[in-house]
Amino acid sequence: MSTTVADGPAAGVVGTRMRRREDPALLSGEARYVHDLVVPGALHMAVVRSPYAHARVTSVDLSGALASPGVAAAFSGAELAGEWSSPMPCAWPVTADMQAPSHLPVAVDEVCYVGDAVAAVVASSQAEAQDAAAAVAVAYEELPAAVDLEDAASDRVLAHSGLISNRAYTWELVPDADAVERAFAEAAVTVRERYVQQRLIPAAMEPRGVCVVPQPFGGEYVVYSATQIPHILRTMLGITAGVPEERIRVVAPSVGGGFGSKLDVYAEELLCLALARRLRKPVRWSEERSEAAQATIHGRGQVQEIELAADPHGRVLAVRVRLLADMGAYMQLVTPGVPLLGAFLYHGVYDVPAYAFTCTGVFTNKTPTDAYRGAGRPEATYAIERAIDAVARKIGADPQEVRRRNFIPADKFPYSSVAGLVFDSGNYEAALDAALELVGYEELREAQARRREEGATRLLGIGLSSYVEMCGLAPSRVLASLNYVAGGWEAATVRMLPTGKVQVVTGASPHGQGHVTSWSMIVADKLGVSPEDVEVLHSDTAVSPLGLDTYGSRSLSVGGTAIALAADRLIDKARLLAAHRLEVAPEDLELSAGQFSVQGSPSSAIGLGALAFEAFTAHDLPEGMEPNLEASATYDPTNFTFPFGTHVAVVEVDTETGKVDLVRYAAVDDCGNQINPLIVDGQVHGGIAQGVAQALFEEAVYDDEGNLLTTTFTDYLVPAASELPSFSLGRTVTPSPSNPMGVKGIGEAGTIAATPAVVNAVVDALSHLGVEEIAMPVTPERVWRSIGASAPGTGGGR
Amino acid sequence: MQVTMTVNGETQSHDVEARMLLVYYLREVLGLTGTNVGCDTTSCGACTVLLNGESVKSCTMLAAQADGEEITTIEGMASSEGVLHPIQEAFREHHGLQCGYCTPGMVMAVASFLKEHPDPTEAEVREGLEGNLCRCTGYHNIVQATLAAARAGALAP
Ligand code: FES
Ligand code: FES
Repeated sequence: MSTTVADGPAAGVVGTRMRRREDPALLSGEARYVHDLVVPGALHMAVVRSPYAHARVTSVDLSGALASPGVAAAFSGAELAGEWSSPMPCAWPVTADMQAPSHLPVAVDEVCYVGDAVAAVVASSQAEAQDAAAAVAVAYEELPAAVDLEDAASDRVLAHSGLISNRAYTWELVPDADAVERAFAEAAVTVRERYVQQRLIPAAMEPRGVCVVPQPFGGEYVVYSATQIPHILRTMLGITAGVPEERIRVVAPSVGGGFGSKLDVYAEELLCLALARRLRKPVRWSEERSEAAQATIHGRGQVQEIELAADPHGRVLAVRVRLLADMGAYMQLVTPGVPLLGAFLYHGVYDVPAYAFTCTGVFTNKTPTDAYRGAGRPEATYAIERAIDAVARKIGADPQEVRRRNFIPADKFPYSSVAGLVFDSGNYEAALDAALELVGYEELREAQARRREEGATRLLGIGLSSYVEMCGLAPSRVLASLNYVAGGWEAATVRMLPTGKVQVVTGASPHGQGHVTSWSMIVADKLGVSPEDVEVLHSDTAVSPLGLDTYGSRSLSVGGTAIALAADRLIDKARLLAAHRLEVAPEDLELSAGQFSVQGSPSSAIGLGALAFEAFTAHDLPEGMEPNLEASATYDPTNFTFPFGTHVAVVEVDTETGKVDLVRYAAVDDCGNQINPLIVDGQVHGGIAQGVAQALFEEAVYDDEGNLLTTTFTDYLVPAASELPSFSLGRTVTPSPSNPMGVKGIGEAGTIAATPAVVNAVVDALSHLGVEEIAMPVTPERVWRSIGASAPGTGGGR
Repeated sequence: MQVTMTVNGETQSHDVEARMLLVYYLREVLGLTGTNVGCDTTSCGACTVLLNGESVKSCTMLAAQADGEEITTIEGMASSEGVLHPIQEAFREHHGLQCGYCTPGMVMAVASFLKEHPDPTEAEVREGLEGNLCRCTGYHNIVQATLAAARAGALAP
């Protein structure tokens, strides 16, 4: 595959920076999020949560709550235990012998993290429900808590009284152990690094919310939820609450961001359903922000050990990785699988012959972890991109030069990796070159040297991150080999209405990604209509019954491909009808801008709109043809897609205060062909911001007792506009050969790339002082202390 | 207690609980759900509206405190014919929103900011919007939209 540096060709609307069709409703306040829905007679739910990280529940006294004004009902976990047909679902038991405690939506006799539900109250207003929840008296017998991840791995304290070990599983990927041993024994250079991936709070701006409305007859329920996964949720709610799946309709209205945190099946969704069933009234719940910090999944939470063996020139001969991954208190939907999404990528963009990866999942008495933007790939990229810089330091080479020496060469694609993947396409050096030029690398290095010579107290640091990631989840067979219980396909229907307007039904479920815009652009070009004439239906299981939803940067490469295939099938049918009407053979017709015309006699033509009407009236169809122009497709990808690029962060570090300013940021990404570069830009911007946030600002902090100390935006530092620079973006285009549009995912790339770029930049600024590692988030205090620790007398702490 | 205020040009008068916050008055009593709630510590700015033309976080004040005042919410920004306000247009043109949850508050904050700073620098925009969090956009395009709206001379209604 060849790489180009310009945006793709734009014969139609695909490839143009079309403004989003979603925006008017969102900008005018007309869009409806779940919290905005008006549901007459709905009861409001409040959840009573454990204040202890680990305790036995000895009694739950609901009398105070039941006497509280406006209360309709209150239930303990024991009273609700009969509502559940099975425990909360985990769809990814990564090994056959994985241990996991049973997890009910409301705990019955043991609570295992601060925020674990113990009772639920419903009242006629949210305020009354909250007041009543405060009046529930729960007696606890406190148990020792396993808080620190490495301590928990030692089994000194068990996170669950029913488990014999906190170790849930160990998963290994060691293609050739001897080769790894040999490489390390013979290597001229080795580095051994230890990194901590702190816990992160996803913090979508819209907290979660759910509203379940029982229908008048027949035991049916409409579930409105702020979710990324209406289809998966429907199935899982049915299984867990024992409601036949077809009696549940899940609607995700406008959803205010997810980043993985709404890729889950939550206790509150099950509770609202169970209480609506029990009380035969609508039941709704809106999450408070402090509740979100505890009761919505966290991301990351790993201790990483990575070793590289290299030759004297820094060419990497082997990578060996050991992870401890914090599961938190329970397995949520894909908790155990998150580290596996990185397991294949710890050699990064480098052509490495020997590889060993081991991960142990460990329970702790903290909020469950699960997928958060990038899920496994940011962790992998962080480790290899930090470690490659360590190699560069060790051999005294420029980090960009060491990367170049190790890149998988462009002519080796499709590339069979040592970890067993086939990287679809890539040209890593082209992206690196473009990024270095965009940021002005040479001048920056000179400026850096000048400041050091002058003894400046504001030092300059330049950090690189060359990444590749695997996304577009996923080939179903591959998922099966990883023990995931579902597939990775996506479904779509395209139909032309009698007036020539087009309906697209997608199984993807957007929450900010602009699918309505992108999907209508794809179909507009296929069918020769205006994007405005394409209606995109999504996120309602009654309208779109088949789908596997939105996560893992899959929606375009899997869901978009399904749409393109469905449109092609519709065209195939229309061609037969056109041939019938024009009395020619189908092969003699060519399609251009929605018109079929006869080759050689262009005056003989018929448009798709007219054909749609013909197919609708069905007055004169070819023998055996069914009425209407409609086609469906379900696409199961043959491979992941492998977007890549190089990001460069430039920081100024104040050696007297430890303050880090991110002063410049350049990103060159390659996501193959682009449908709408405007939307791609937005995904990259937002991704970078979240990656920078992990590097510099955010951490979910627990005390020794397992109390979460960062439950508000005053403690948990989601960056504001004033803390970030503008970003310079560039792109190379190396189409994916794995799907017909040549597209790759871009939803997570920015987050994956940014974190190591920023931390590498900080370390780069201080490396001449002997600083090699600063834990994330890189706070002024940590910087200051590391300067003092590395080089006493150059400023900084004790 | 009885509160009377002008909201998006219309006089509203209701009997509300003394503890009712302005944001819930707007959302639940008036049905103006464009104003969102993103936190419970007055940190996120999702609830920003204009009080007599100046931005205020509507979760920080009681409905009663707005008695006699003039409030503009996101629903009051577009013209009655549905033509978007130039700030809204700039957000659309520059892709200054993704999920849209922060957007109503952000647009109101920009409206107030541009009234004070009709010709801002990028750094001033970033400082000026520091009370409004967005998790999707990384702010880049929000800043671009704000600068573009300033160039277009977009003042609050
Ligand atoms: S809701 Fe967050 S500041 Fe008002
Ligand atoms: S657009 Fe989603 S939070 Fe700003």
